[in-house]
Amino acid sequence: MPDRVVGPEIERLIQLLARLPGYGPRSARRAALHLMRKREELLSPLADAMRVAKERIVTCESCGSVDTRSPCSICGDNRRDAAQLVIVETVGDLWALERAGVVKGRYHVLGGTLSPLDGVGPADLNLQGLVTRVAEGEVREVIIAVNATVDGQTTAHYVTDMLAHLGVRVTRLAHGVPVGGELDYLDEGTLAAAIRSRTAF
Amino acid sequence: MTAVAGGTQVEWQDRGVVLGGRAYGETSVIVELLTAEHGRHLGLVQGGRSRRLRPVLQPGNAVAATWRARIDHHMGAFLIEGLALRAARIMDSAAALHAVNHLCGLARLLPEREPQPVLHAMLDAMMEGVEEREALPLQMLQFELAFLAALGFGLDLASCAATGASEDLHFVSPKTGRAVSLGAAGIYADRLLTLPRFLRPGGGAAPVPPEDLAAAFRLTDHFLSRDVFGPRHIAPTPSRRAYLATLGAGPGAA
Repeated sequence: MPDRVVGPEIERLIQLLARLPGYGPRSARRAALHLMRKREELLSPLADAMRVAKERIVTCESCGSVDTRSPCSICGDNRRDAAQLVIVETVGDLWALERAGVVKGRYHVLGGTLSPLDGVGPADLNLQGLVTRVAEGEVREVIIAVNATVDGQTTAHYVTDMLAHLGVRVTRLAHGVPVGGELDYLDEGTLAAAIRSRTAF
Repeated sequence: MTAVAGGTQVEWQDRGVVLGGRAYGETSVIVELLTAEHGRHLGLVQGGRSRRLRPVLQPGNAVAATWRARIDHHMGAFLIEGLALRAARIMDSAAALHAVNHLCGLARLLPEREPQPVLHAMLDAMMEGVEEREALPLQMLQFELAFLAALGFGLDLASCAATGASEDLHFVSPKTGRAVSLGAAGIYADRLLTLPRFLRPGGGAAPVPPEDLAAAFRLTDHFLSRDVFGPRHIAPTPSRRAYLATLGAGPGAA
Protein backbone atom coordinates (compact mmCIF):
# COMPACT_ATOMS: atom_id res chain seq x y z
CA MET A 1 0.00 0.00 0.00
CA PRO A 2 1.50 3.38 -0.96
CA ASP A 3 2.18 6.00 1.72
CA ARG A 4 0.18 8.56 -0.18
CA VAL A 5 -2.96 8.02 -2.20
CA VAL A 6 -2.95 11.57 -3.56
CA GLY A 7 -0.45 14.35 -4.03
CA PRO A 8 0.31 16.91 -1.33
CA GLU A 9 -1.84 19.59 -3.03
CA ILE A 10 -4.97 17.48 -2.71
CA GLU A 11 -4.03 16.42 0.81
CA ARG A 12 -3.68 20.08 1.69
CA LEU A 13 -7.13 20.77 0.22
CA ILE A 14 -8.63 17.95 2.29
CA GLN A 15 -6.88 19.20 5.44
CA LEU A 16 -8.23 22.71 4.94
CA LEU A 17 -11.75 21.53 4.18
CA ALA A 18 -11.65 19.41 7.33
CA ARG A 19 -11.22 22.62 9.35
CA LEU A 20 -14.56 23.99 8.21
CA PRO A 21 -17.49 23.83 10.63
CA GLY A 22 -19.44 20.62 10.20
CA TYR A 23 -16.58 18.90 8.41
CA GLY A 24 -14.30 16.14 9.57
CA PRO A 25 -11.60 14.27 7.65
CA ARG A 26 -14.12 11.91 6.09
CA SER A 27 -16.56 14.56 4.89
CA ALA A 28 -13.63 16.73 3.77
CA ARG A 29 -12.40 13.89 1.56
CA ARG A 30 -15.88 13.53 0.11
CA ALA A 31 -16.14 17.26 -0.56
CA ALA A 32 -12.67 17.33 -2.13
CA LEU A 33 -13.56 14.41 -4.37
CA HIS A 34 -16.77 16.15 -5.39
CA LEU A 35 -14.91 19.36 -6.18
CA MET A 36 -12.34 17.51 -8.25
CA ARG A 37 -15.03 15.66 -10.12
CA LYS A 38 -16.76 18.96 -10.93
CA ARG A 39 -13.64 20.94 -11.61
CA GLU A 40 -15.05 23.35 -14.16
CA GLU A 41 -18.56 23.74 -12.79
CA LEU A 42 -17.64 24.01 -9.12
CA LEU A 43 -13.97 23.96 -8.18
CA SER A 44 -12.93 26.73 -10.49
CA PRO A 45 -15.77 29.19 -9.68
CA LEU A 46 -15.42 28.37 -5.99
CA ALA A 47 -11.69 29.12 -6.07
CA ASP A 48 -12.38 32.39 -7.89
CA ALA A 49 -15.15 33.35 -5.48
CA MET A 50 -12.94 32.63 -2.49
CA ARG A 51 -10.07 34.62 -3.92
CA VAL A 52 -12.28 37.61 -4.63
CA ALA A 53 -13.90 37.35 -1.21
CA LYS A 54 -10.50 37.17 0.45
CA GLU A 55 -9.38 40.30 -1.36
CA ARG A 56 -12.53 42.31 -0.76
CA ILE A 57 -13.91 41.30 2.65
CA VAL A 58 -13.65 44.13 5.14
CA THR A 59 -15.08 44.82 8.55
CA CYS A 60 -17.65 47.59 8.48
CA GLU A 61 -16.18 50.62 10.24
CA SER A 62 -19.63 51.55 11.50
CA CYS A 63 -21.26 48.35 12.78
CA GLY A 64 -18.48 45.75 12.87
CA SER A 65 -20.19 43.38 10.44
CA VAL A 66 -18.35 41.85 7.50
CA ASP A 67 -19.04 42.78 3.92
CA THR A 68 -17.16 43.68 0.77
CA ARG A 69 -17.68 47.38 1.41
CA SER A 70 -17.45 49.69 4.35
CA PRO A 71 -19.94 51.02 5.41
CA CYS A 72 -21.59 47.66 4.81
CA SER A 73 -24.71 47.05 2.72
CA ILE A 74 -26.96 47.52 5.74
CA CYS A 75 -25.29 50.64 7.13
CA GLY A 76 -25.22 52.15 3.66
CA ASP A 77 -28.91 51.46 3.01
CA ASN A 78 -30.79 54.73 3.39
CA ARG A 79 -34.14 52.94 3.59
CA ARG A 80 -33.12 51.53 6.97
CA ASP A 81 -34.53 53.19 10.05
CA ALA A 82 -31.63 55.11 11.56
CA ALA A 83 -33.53 55.52 14.82
CA GLN A 84 -33.41 51.79 15.61
CA LEU A 85 -30.16 50.02 16.45
CA VAL A 86 -30.03 46.29 17.15
CA ILE A 87 -27.06 45.01 19.13
CA VAL A 88 -25.98 41.45 18.32
CA GLU A 89 -23.11 39.29 19.48
CA THR A 90 -21.87 37.99 16.15
CA VAL A 91 -22.30 38.44 12.43
CA GLY A 92 -24.11 35.07 12.46
CA ASP A 93 -26.75 36.58 14.75
CA LEU A 94 -27.12 39.56 12.42
CA TRP A 95 -27.67 37.24 9.49
CA ALA A 96 -30.22 35.24 11.52
CA LEU A 97 -32.24 38.38 12.26
CA GLU A 98 -32.01 39.46 8.64
CA ARG A 99 -33.35 36.06 7.59
CA ALA A 100 -36.32 36.70 9.85
CA GLY A 101 -36.84 40.02 8.06
CA VAL A 102 -38.17 41.75 11.14
CA VAL A 103 -35.54 44.40 11.74
CA LYS A 104 -36.03 47.65 9.89
CA GLY A 105 -33.17 49.42 11.61
CA ARG A 106 -29.43 48.97 11.64
CA TYR A 107 -27.14 46.71 13.63
CA HIS A 108 -24.12 46.85 15.85
CA VAL A 109 -21.97 43.72 16.16
CA LEU A 110 -20.21 43.38 19.50
CA GLY A 111 -17.94 40.54 18.43
CA GLY A 112 -18.75 38.38 21.45
CA THR A 113 -19.97 38.78 25.01
CA LEU A 114 -18.41 39.89 28.23
CA SER A 115 -17.24 36.85 30.10
CA PRO A 116 -15.65 37.68 33.43
CA LEU A 117 -15.04 33.97 33.97
CA ASP A 118 -13.02 33.70 30.77
CA GLY A 119 -11.33 37.07 30.99
CA VAL A 120 -13.26 38.76 28.18
CA GLY A 121 -13.66 42.39 29.20
CA PRO A 122 -15.21 45.51 27.66
CA ALA A 123 -11.97 46.36 25.84
CA ASP A 124 -12.25 43.11 23.89
CA LEU A 125 -15.62 44.03 22.40
CA ASN A 126 -16.80 46.64 19.91
CA LEU A 127 -18.35 48.79 22.64
CA GLN A 128 -16.66 52.14 22.15
CA GLY A 129 -17.99 52.30 18.61
CA LEU A 130 -21.48 51.68 19.98
CA VAL A 131 -21.30 54.64 22.34
CA THR A 132 -20.03 56.84 19.52
CA ARG A 133 -22.88 55.79 17.23
CA VAL A 134 -25.56 56.33 19.82
CA ALA A 135 -24.05 59.64 20.93
CA GLU A 136 -24.36 60.97 17.37
CA GLY A 137 -28.03 61.45 18.22
CA GLU A 138 -29.95 59.71 15.42
CA VAL A 139 -30.64 56.53 17.39
CA ARG A 140 -33.84 56.56 19.47
CA GLU A 141 -34.09 52.89 20.43
CA VAL A 142 -31.40 50.32 21.11
CA ILE A 143 -32.58 46.70 20.99
CA ILE A 144 -30.22 44.34 22.80
CA ALA A 145 -30.48 41.05 20.93
CA VAL A 146 -27.88 38.97 22.73
CA ASN A 147 -28.16 35.34 23.75
CA ALA A 148 -30.15 34.39 26.83
CA THR A 149 -27.06 33.12 28.62
CA VAL A 150 -25.36 34.36 31.77
CA ASP A 151 -22.63 35.96 29.65
CA GLY A 152 -25.11 37.41 27.18
CA GLN A 153 -27.24 38.99 29.88
CA THR A 154 -24.18 40.27 31.77
CA THR A 155 -23.28 42.04 28.54
CA ALA A 156 -26.83 43.34 28.15
CA HIS A 157 -26.76 44.92 31.61
CA TYR A 158 -23.34 46.41 30.94
CA VAL A 159 -24.52 47.94 27.65
CA THR A 160 -27.66 49.27 29.34
CA ASP A 161 -25.56 50.99 32.03
CA MET A 162 -23.18 52.33 29.42
CA LEU A 163 -25.99 53.93 27.41
CA ALA A 164 -27.97 55.17 30.39
CA HIS A 165 -26.76 58.76 30.12
CA LEU A 166 -27.45 59.03 26.40
CA GLY A 167 -31.22 59.24 26.70
CA VAL A 168 -32.13 56.39 24.33
CA ARG A 169 -34.78 53.75 24.92
CA VAL A 170 -33.08 50.42 25.60
CA THR A 171 -35.09 47.23 25.04
CA ARG A 172 -34.19 43.56 24.88
CA LEU A 173 -35.58 40.43 23.29
CA ALA A 174 -38.31 38.60 25.19
CA HIS A 175 -37.44 35.40 27.03
CA GLY A 176 -39.90 32.54 27.02
CA VAL A 177 -41.49 29.71 25.10
CA PRO A 178 -40.00 29.24 21.61
CA VAL A 179 -42.32 28.59 18.68
CA GLY A 180 -42.85 24.84 18.53
CA GLY A 181 -41.70 24.47 22.12
CA GLU A 182 -43.61 22.13 24.37
CA LEU A 183 -44.03 23.26 27.96
CA ASP A 184 -43.32 19.79 29.26
CA TYR A 185 -39.80 19.92 27.83
CA LEU A 186 -38.88 23.46 28.86
CA ASP A 187 -36.65 24.09 31.84
CA GLU A 188 -38.32 25.70 34.84
CA GLY A 189 -36.31 28.91 34.48
CA THR A 190 -37.56 29.50 30.95
CA LEU A 191 -41.10 28.73 32.04
CA ALA A 192 -40.79 31.21 34.90
CA ALA A 193 -39.46 33.85 32.50
CA ALA A 194 -42.35 33.15 30.12
CA ILE A 195 -44.92 33.55 32.89
CA ARG A 196 -43.29 36.79 34.04
CA SER A 197 -43.31 38.15 30.47
CA ARG A 198 -46.89 37.06 29.67
CA THR A 199 -48.91 39.36 27.47
CA ALA A 200 -52.61 40.12 27.11
CA PHE A 201 -54.37 37.77 24.69
CA MET B 1 -21.51 8.77 45.47
CA THR B 2 -20.76 5.43 43.92
CA ALA B 3 -17.31 4.83 42.61
CA VAL B 4 -16.99 1.89 40.30
CA ALA B 5 -13.52 0.73 39.45
CA GLY B 6 -14.22 -1.88 36.86
CA GLY B 7 -11.76 -3.40 34.47
CA THR B 8 -12.05 -0.56 32.01
CA GLN B 9 -13.86 2.33 33.61
CA VAL B 10 -14.04 4.61 36.62
CA GLU B 11 -17.39 6.14 37.42
CA TRP B 12 -18.97 8.26 40.10
CA GLN B 13 -22.11 10.25 40.60
CA ASP B 14 -22.32 13.51 42.45
CA ARG B 15 -24.20 16.76 42.69
CA GLY B 16 -22.49 19.92 41.50
CA VAL B 17 -22.81 23.58 40.67
CA VAL B 18 -21.88 24.61 37.13
CA LEU B 19 -18.95 27.04 37.21
CA GLY B 20 -18.51 27.49 33.49
CA GLY B 21 -17.50 25.76 30.34
CA ARG B 22 -15.74 26.17 27.08
CA ALA B 23 -16.70 24.90 23.68
CA TYR B 24 -14.96 21.78 22.50
CA GLY B 25 -15.39 21.06 18.81
CA GLU B 26 -18.70 21.98 17.31
CA THR B 27 -21.07 20.17 19.59
CA SER B 28 -19.36 19.46 22.91
CA VAL B 29 -18.40 21.48 25.95
CA ILE B 30 -15.73 21.00 28.58
CA VAL B 31 -17.69 21.77 31.72
CA GLU B 32 -16.34 22.79 35.09
CA LEU B 33 -18.34 21.83 38.17
CA LEU B 34 -17.87 22.34 41.87
CA THR B 35 -19.12 19.00 43.11
CA ALA B 36 -20.06 18.08 46.65
CA GLU B 37 -17.59 15.25 47.10
CA HIS B 38 -15.13 15.52 44.24
CA GLY B 39 -14.31 19.21 44.39
CA ARG B 40 -13.77 21.25 41.29
CA HIS B 41 -13.94 18.82 38.44
CA LEU B 42 -13.82 19.08 34.69
CA GLY B 43 -15.32 16.76 32.14
CA LEU B 44 -16.45 16.63 28.57
CA VAL B 45 -20.17 16.88 27.94
CA GLN B 46 -20.92 15.50 24.52
CA GLY B 47 -23.69 17.45 22.87
CA GLY B 48 -23.23 20.18 25.48
CA ARG B 49 -23.94 22.86 22.90
CA SER B 50 -27.27 21.35 21.98
CA ARG B 51 -30.53 23.18 22.49
CA ARG B 52 -31.41 20.77 25.29
CA LEU B 53 -28.18 21.00 27.26
CA ARG B 54 -27.16 24.61 26.75
CA PRO B 55 -29.62 25.99 29.34
CA VAL B 56 -28.52 23.31 31.81
CA LEU B 57 -24.83 24.22 31.53
CA GLN B 58 -25.20 27.87 32.54
CA PRO B 59 -23.11 29.01 35.53
CA GLY B 60 -24.90 28.72 38.86
CA ASN B 61 -27.18 25.82 37.92
CA ALA B 62 -27.24 22.75 40.14
CA VAL B 63 -26.80 19.52 38.26
CA ALA B 64 -26.56 15.80 38.86
CA ALA B 65 -23.37 14.58 37.25
CA THR B 66 -22.17 11.13 36.35
CA TRP B 67 -18.49 11.14 35.56
CA ARG B 68 -16.85 8.35 33.60
CA ALA B 69 -13.30 7.84 32.47
CA ARG B 70 -11.14 4.93 31.50
CA ILE B 71 -8.63 5.74 34.20
CA ASP B 72 -8.90 8.11 37.13
CA HIS B 73 -6.54 10.84 35.92
CA HIS B 74 -8.21 11.25 32.54
CA MET B 75 -10.42 14.26 32.11
CA GLY B 76 -13.36 11.95 31.45
CA ALA B 77 -16.89 12.71 30.38
CA PHE B 78 -19.91 13.93 32.27
CA LEU B 79 -23.50 12.92 31.84
CA ILE B 80 -25.39 15.92 33.16
CA GLU B 81 -28.94 16.31 34.32
CA GLY B 82 -30.30 19.62 35.55
CA LEU B 83 -31.50 19.73 39.15
CA ALA B 84 -32.09 23.43 39.71
CA LEU B 85 -31.92 25.65 36.64
CA ARG B 86 -31.44 29.07 38.15
CA ALA B 87 -29.85 30.95 35.29
CA ALA B 88 -33.13 32.09 33.74
CA ARG B 89 -34.23 33.46 37.12
CA ILE B 90 -31.25 35.71 37.55
CA MET B 91 -31.03 37.24 34.11
CA ASP B 92 -33.15 40.25 34.99
CA SER B 93 -30.90 41.24 37.86
CA ALA B 94 -27.51 42.78 37.19
CA ALA B 95 -26.54 42.27 40.85
CA ALA B 96 -27.37 38.57 40.70
CA LEU B 97 -25.41 38.15 37.47
CA HIS B 98 -22.39 39.91 38.98
CA ALA B 99 -22.65 37.69 42.06
CA VAL B 100 -22.81 34.51 39.99
CA ASN B 101 -19.84 35.61 37.90
CA HIS B 102 -17.79 36.54 40.94
CA LEU B 103 -18.55 33.44 42.99
CA CYS B 104 -18.14 31.01 40.12
CA GLY B 105 -14.94 32.82 39.14
CA LEU B 106 -13.54 32.33 42.65
CA ALA B 107 -14.56 28.67 42.72
CA ARG B 108 -12.69 28.13 39.46
CA LEU B 109 -9.49 28.97 41.30
CA LEU B 110 -9.88 26.05 43.71
CA PRO B 111 -7.53 23.15 43.20
CA GLU B 112 -8.93 20.47 40.94
CA ARG B 113 -10.40 17.29 42.40
CA GLU B 114 -9.90 18.31 46.02
CA PRO B 115 -13.18 17.75 47.89
CA GLN B 116 -14.66 20.99 49.20
CA PRO B 117 -18.03 19.94 50.64
CA VAL B 118 -18.41 23.09 52.73
CA LEU B 119 -17.65 25.45 49.86
CA HIS B 120 -19.94 23.46 47.60
CA ALA B 121 -22.78 23.69 50.11
CA MET B 122 -22.21 27.42 50.55
CA LEU B 123 -22.07 28.06 46.82
CA ASP B 124 -25.14 25.94 46.14
CA ALA B 125 -27.12 27.76 48.82
CA MET B 126 -26.04 31.16 47.53
CA MET B 127 -26.90 30.28 43.95
CA GLU B 128 -30.34 29.14 45.07
CA GLY B 129 -31.02 32.47 46.74
CA VAL B 130 -28.87 34.71 44.61
CA GLU B 131 -31.74 37.16 44.03
CA GLU B 132 -32.16 37.72 47.78
CA ARG B 133 -30.40 41.00 48.18
CA GLU B 134 -30.47 41.06 51.99
CA ALA B 135 -28.88 37.70 52.74
CA LEU B 136 -26.41 37.37 49.89
CA PRO B 137 -23.69 39.89 50.83
CA LEU B 138 -23.01 38.25 54.18
CA GLN B 139 -23.06 34.79 52.63
CA MET B 140 -20.68 35.98 49.94
CA LEU B 141 -18.31 37.33 52.54
CA GLN B 142 -18.39 34.07 54.46
CA PHE B 143 -17.70 32.24 51.23
CA GLU B 144 -14.67 34.44 50.55
CA LEU B 145 -13.31 33.75 54.03
CA ALA B 146 -13.90 30.02 53.62
CA PHE B 147 -12.35 30.17 50.16
CA LEU B 148 -9.20 31.81 51.55
CA ALA B 149 -9.05 29.16 54.27
CA ALA B 150 -9.47 26.36 51.73
CA LEU B 151 -6.47 27.69 49.81
CA GLY B 152 -4.39 27.86 52.97
CA PHE B 153 -4.70 31.61 53.53
CA GLY B 154 -7.32 31.55 56.24
CA LEU B 155 -7.53 34.52 58.58
CA ASP B 156 -7.04 33.96 62.28
CA LEU B 157 -9.58 36.23 63.90
CA ALA B 158 -9.93 34.40 67.21
CA SER B 159 -7.16 36.01 69.21
CA CYS B 160 -4.68 38.86 69.15
CA ALA B 161 -1.44 38.11 67.32
CA ALA B 162 0.53 40.18 69.83
CA THR B 163 -1.06 39.42 73.19
CA GLY B 164 -3.14 36.29 72.62
CA ALA B 165 -6.17 38.06 74.03
CA SER B 166 -9.51 37.19 72.54
CA GLU B 167 -11.22 40.41 73.59
CA ASP B 168 -11.15 43.92 72.25
CA LEU B 169 -10.06 42.76 68.79
CA HIS B 170 -10.34 45.71 66.42
CA PHE B 171 -7.84 45.13 63.64
CA VAL B 172 -6.28 42.58 61.33
CA SER B 173 -2.64 42.57 60.35
CA PRO B 174 -2.41 42.94 56.55
CA LYS B 175 0.76 40.85 56.68
CA THR B 176 -0.22 37.87 58.78
CA GLY B 177 -4.00 37.88 58.54
CA ARG B 178 -4.23 37.64 62.32
CA ALA B 179 -6.40 39.74 64.57
CA VAL B 180 -4.86 42.54 66.63
CA SER B 181 -6.39 44.00 69.78
CA LEU B 182 -6.95 47.71 70.23
CA GLY B 183 -4.33 47.90 72.97
CA ALA B 184 -1.68 46.06 70.98
CA ALA B 185 -2.26 48.07 67.84
CA GLY B 186 -0.92 51.26 69.38
CA ILE B 187 0.76 53.54 66.87
CA TYR B 188 0.36 50.94 64.11
CA ALA B 189 -3.43 51.18 64.10
CA ASP B 190 -3.55 53.23 60.91
CA ARG B 191 -1.57 50.56 59.07
CA LEU B 192 -3.92 47.76 60.08
CA LEU B 193 -7.14 46.61 58.48
CA THR B 194 -10.36 47.10 60.37
CA LEU B 195 -11.89 43.98 61.87
CA PRO B 196 -15.64 44.60 61.81
CA ARG B 197 -17.59 43.79 64.94
CA PHE B 198 -19.53 40.88 63.47
CA LEU B 199 -16.33 39.00 62.63
CA ARG B 200 -14.92 39.28 66.14
CA PRO B 201 -15.26 36.34 68.54
CA GLY B 202 -18.85 36.40 69.76
CA GLY B 203 -19.48 39.26 67.33
CA GLY B 204 -22.87 40.84 66.90
CA ALA B 205 -25.72 39.05 65.24
CA ALA B 206 -27.41 40.09 62.01
CA PRO B 207 -28.31 42.57 60.69
CA VAL B 208 -24.80 43.69 59.94
CA PRO B 209 -24.42 47.45 59.47
CA PRO B 210 -23.43 48.39 55.89
CA GLU B 211 -20.19 50.02 57.05
CA ASP B 212 -19.15 46.81 58.81
CA LEU B 213 -19.94 44.80 55.72
CA ALA B 214 -17.90 47.22 53.62
CA ALA B 215 -14.96 46.89 56.03
CA ALA B 216 -15.23 43.10 55.87
CA PHE B 217 -15.17 43.14 52.07
CA ARG B 218 -12.10 45.41 52.18
CA LEU B 219 -10.49 42.80 54.44
CA THR B 220 -11.13 39.89 52.09
CA ASP B 221 -10.26 42.05 49.08
CA HIS B 222 -6.80 42.65 50.52
CA PHE B 223 -6.05 38.98 51.09
CA LEU B 224 -7.67 37.79 47.85
CA SER B 225 -5.52 40.25 45.91
CA ARG B 226 -2.35 39.47 47.81
CA ASP B 227 -2.60 35.71 48.22
CA VAL B 228 -4.80 34.51 45.37
CA PHE B 229 -4.80 36.85 42.38
CA GLY B 230 -1.33 38.36 42.77
CA PRO B 231 0.72 35.16 42.83
CA ARG B 232 -1.23 33.83 39.85
CA HIS B 233 -0.69 37.07 37.93
CA ILE B 234 -4.38 37.33 37.18
CA ALA B 235 -6.69 40.24 37.63
CA PRO B 236 -9.73 39.74 39.83
CA THR B 237 -12.94 39.56 37.82
CA PRO B 238 -14.65 42.97 37.67
CA SER B 239 -17.82 41.24 38.85
CA ARG B 240 -16.97 41.53 42.55
CA ARG B 241 -16.51 45.28 42.33
CA ALA B 242 -19.64 45.58 40.18
CA TYR B 243 -21.67 43.52 42.65
CA LEU B 244 -20.49 45.52 45.64
CA ALA B 245 -21.26 48.73 43.76
CA THR B 246 -24.88 47.55 43.45
CA LEU B 247 -25.02 47.37 47.24
CA GLY B 248 -24.42 51.08 47.33
CA ALA B 249 -21.50 51.08 49.72
CA GLY B 250 -18.93 50.49 47.03
CA PRO B 251 -16.66 48.57 49.34
CA GLY B 252 -15.06 46.83 46.41
CA ALA B 253 -12.96 49.90 45.85
CA ALA B 254 -10.63 48.72 48.55
